[in-house]
Amino acid sequence: MLADKDRIFTNLYGFHDAGLAGARERGGWDGTKAFIDKGHDWIIDQVKDSGLRGRGGAGFPTGLKWSFMPKSDPRPSYLVINADESEPGSCKDREITRHDPHLLIEGALLASFAMRAHKCFIYFRGEYIRERERFQAAVDEAYEARLIGKNNIHGWDFDLVVHHGAGAYICGEETAMLESLEGKKGQPRLKPPFPAGCGLYGAPTTVNNVESIAVVPEILRRGATWFSSLGKPNNTGTKLFQISGHVERPCVVEEEMGIPLRELLEKHAGGVRGGWKNLKAVIPGGSSVPLVPADLCEDLTMDFDALMKVKSGLGTAAVIVMDQSTDVIKAISRISYFYKHESCGQCTPCREGTGWMWRVMERLVKGEAQKREIDLLLDVTKQVEGHTICALGDAAAWPIQGLIRHFRHEIEARIDANQAAMSEAAE
Amino acid sequence: MAVRRLDPVQPASFEFNKENLAWAKETISKYPEGKQASAVIPLLWRAQEQHENWLPEPAIRYVAEMLGMAYIRVYEVATFYTMFHLSPVGTTAHLQVCGTTPCMLRGAEALMEVCKQRISPTQNTLTADGRFSWEEVECLGSCANAPMLQIFKDTYEDLTPELLEHLLDSFAAGNPPKPGSQIGRTASCPAGGPTTLKDVAHVMTQRRNVSDGNIGEGTKN
Repeated sequence: MLADKDRIFTNLYGFHDAGLAGARERGGWDGTKAFIDKGHDWIIDQVKDSGLRGRGGAGFPTGLKWSFMPKSDPRPSYLVINADESEPGSCKDREITRHDPHLLIEGALLASFAMRAHKCFIYFRGEYIRERERFQAAVDEAYEARLIGKNNIHGWDFDLVVHHGAGAYICGEETAMLESLEGKKGQPRLKPPFPAGCGLYGAPTTVNNVESIAVVPEILRRGATWFSSLGKPNNTGTKLFQISGHVERPCVVEEEMGIPLRELLEKHAGGVRGGWKNLKAVIPGGSSVPLVPADLCEDLTMDFDALMKVKSGLGTAAVIVMDQSTDVIKAISRISYFYKHESCGQCTPCREGTGWMWRVMERLVKGEAQKREIDLLLDVTKQVEGHTICALGDAAAWPIQGLIRHFRHEIEARIDANQAAMSEAAE
Repeated sequence: MAVRRLDPVQPASFEFNKENLAWAKETISKYPEGKQASAVIPLLWRAQEQHENWLPEPAIRYVAEMLGMAYIRVYEVATFYTMFHLSPVGTTAHLQVCGTTPCMLRGAEALMEVCKQRISPTQNTLTADGRFSWEEVECLGSCANAPMLQIFKDTYEDLTPELLEHLLDSFAAGNPPKPGSQIGRTASCPAGGPTTLKDVAHVMTQRRNVSDGNIGEGTKN
């Protein structure tokens, strides 16, 4: 278990003052100027050495991403922070922005400086209204104390603009976010060009998740080796885990990467409702990753590589727990509805496919289908996956693939039960 | 995707009140010159707030003019983003009940049953007095406090059908409860108290200060 002294988010639940004075007491804004004095590349190298991988779901190495930004370009550079937290199961950025906002503001300054950006936009999901208000208050405080802004005490002019969306999951995709920030519908762009070459307003841009940015000041303060000594090789550091569903005490908690799933649930969330034996499956990384059935959960650790091995993913580390009482077909069908609802409509395989898949899933929930349709559905998921501009098509396909992989017997049993009921009724 | 259309009954005109107009000008100035279209979502949102929480067609036209955008561009933004209500919603409360899987697993369907009984069998339908309406929405990002719902700016979390009944009574009486967890939890802390950082002041004494020349020194001992 992660020692308290190694926790980065010291006000995760908001028990303490989230304002500047409180943040300083908990070590925030300490040494910021010294890091800036060490130069752009020093910061990027530290983040690279720490092994930090992006916390928004894809797990791309953060320092490497930053190094793609041009070092001299006539265009302005931008950092865009993704606070459009909408992946079902995820609720960590909410806690950072409302309870530890100064870690994020300080991280935004340091990351922007590293990438030679003087302006940063943070894009909140529209529904996080109170969170946005709280964060804006912290930004105002930072301006007031001249920690950021023009001619600030750190010697790097820096503006932070709090922006928001209005209810569209797709805007969490980085290029859709840029479209939305430019005042358009949030429909993803074709890549290349990648944002580092041509992003917001056609200028070099990096988009990072809230958590990726908020951990940077502590990495610099305590050293890259401190961060990389936590977790496992290639899966370093601490992580905010979000535990929802059928546990005794759902919560958000910071833990070490690679913590065993069972330990995570039992230490912090009071365990699976009805005991570990009552577990049916977990969705370990937010709705888009395939579920993992209980028999594979026994020694499962929570990191990118271990979850990849069981054909799932760490995603945002949003653990959705389902006990034996769960109608797992219905649980996945509800996720299919989510993706149908959130498809932006730009690519035909996704626009048509998400609705098609959901309608078949709804019939499978009732057992009103033929068994051959299970393979047909699986085939359609493969036709959507990888054939769209962004990953929403993949995200819609994977949960269904996971369901069929592990619970085909349950789907078939339901079809049998329905057919038996029908023939009984006919007699 | 969802089909979203403007309401057939529209007011004759819309304009920002004085306070919102000043706010709009300041907001537009936050974006680089010539990129004022970036302010379209914040401005439409403010218009909706000013207009009893729904967005009328004249407001779309008004914002388009203010930002120098083609009407169709603002219209497509208003119809793309689902938080823009294109028809009137309950004036006292419009309940947005999260129905996505993490909330569903913890009883969101029972909450929607209460909404059907108490407000209307169908979504986005006003009560006779126009004070209440409800709809099922997709994940609101409060999954560790499921099931939950949002009423305008605030979220009400850790709900049960009984707590929702009480919530509705309180809103009807003009005395809404404190937002957040309705069972007394602090944010997403585990019920019954935290499992970590019980003594943050003590923890801080174990750390070195960078300002004392300890960059990258980590923790004491």
